[in-house]
Amino acid sequence: MSRPRNEPVQQLKKRRDEALARLAHGVPYIRHLGVEFDRLGDEITARMPFNDILIGNPFLPALHGGVIGAFLEIAAQMELAWSIVWEGMEVGGLEVEDVSQVNFSLMPKTIDFTVDYLRSGLPRDAYARARIVRKGRRYASVMVEAWQDNRDRPFAQATGHFLMPQPKKNDG
Amino acid sequence: MTEQSQADRKAAFAREFIEAIPHCRDLGMKLETIGNGVAEISIPYDERFIGDPATGVMHGGVVTALLDSCSGAAVMSHPSSPAATATIDLRIDYMRPATPGQAITARAECYRVTRSVAFVHAKAFDGRSGDPVASAAGAFTVEAPRDKGDKK
Repeated sequence: MSRPRNEPVQQLKKRRDEALARLAHGVPYIRHLGVEFDRLGDEITARMPFNDILIGNPFLPALHGGVIGAFLEIAAQMELAWSIVWEGMEVGGLEVEDVSQVNFSLMPKTIDFTVDYLRSGLPRDAYARARIVRKGRRYASVMVEAWQDNRDRPFAQATGHFLMPQPKKNDG
Repeated sequence: MTEQSQADRKAAFAREFIEAIPHCRDLGMKLETIGNGVAEISIPYDERFIGDPATGVMHGGVVTALLDSCSGAAVMSHPSSPAATATIDLRIDYMRPATPGQAITARAECYRVTRSVAFVHAKAFDGRSGDPVASAAGAFTVEAPRDKGDKK
């Protein structure tokens, strides 16, 4: 049951943006860190605006290593969750109203996550983009890279494995 | 100064230092013990840090931040006294979700320090039982202490 090709573009964008916002804003910790997502088609970029609470070394100053790890993990996990929602919406008939964290958990669970710290994080906005290397029925492998001013100079990268959320039997 | 009082002084300094870091304060980190390359830090349960609203389990990122901080503290408290440290890499395995409502405590041990790298193992517990929520292995940089009159 795919969507009609002639869905008005404004309506289509609004639907996709709202689904993405619902997914991200439904998680308290993503809201707490202030991480937002920008969308171009199905591609999403995580954005973490600088905030004093993100500092781990007040002398340099630099972003906290844990914040960087958490940011990468959020970006990787959201990439997977978004791919599930996208498929669900475009081919599965999932409605925006169904994209709610409370009713059914769409977030894949992290099995392991390995972060490479390449440079110290500057006190400014950070961006991250993830790529799903493999997505199976039960497991997924994701790579993610974060940068600040310069896309060619990543300051951290990570790779992680996730447990795919299993659809509930009665979800139809 | 006796060795013991020097160790106490270092521990007090480390506690103040860690609890003054903006992000550690934001997460409510509390340094429980520190010394000899071993550190224990806890984070109280906080609804703002939930990762899965359906269950109320805190986000994995919180555990990452805790294990990273605790590992760094363990490096700093190693008898070789590095002047500073930064994470090179950190791998975290998540064994099970942390119990909602429970504080999470991390315990890190810096088990080996070379001239330029410190190696750490860490585990996170939620007080429910002896089985850990997550475990971590990390490598950290070692900045040499600057002694007075030490000419390179």
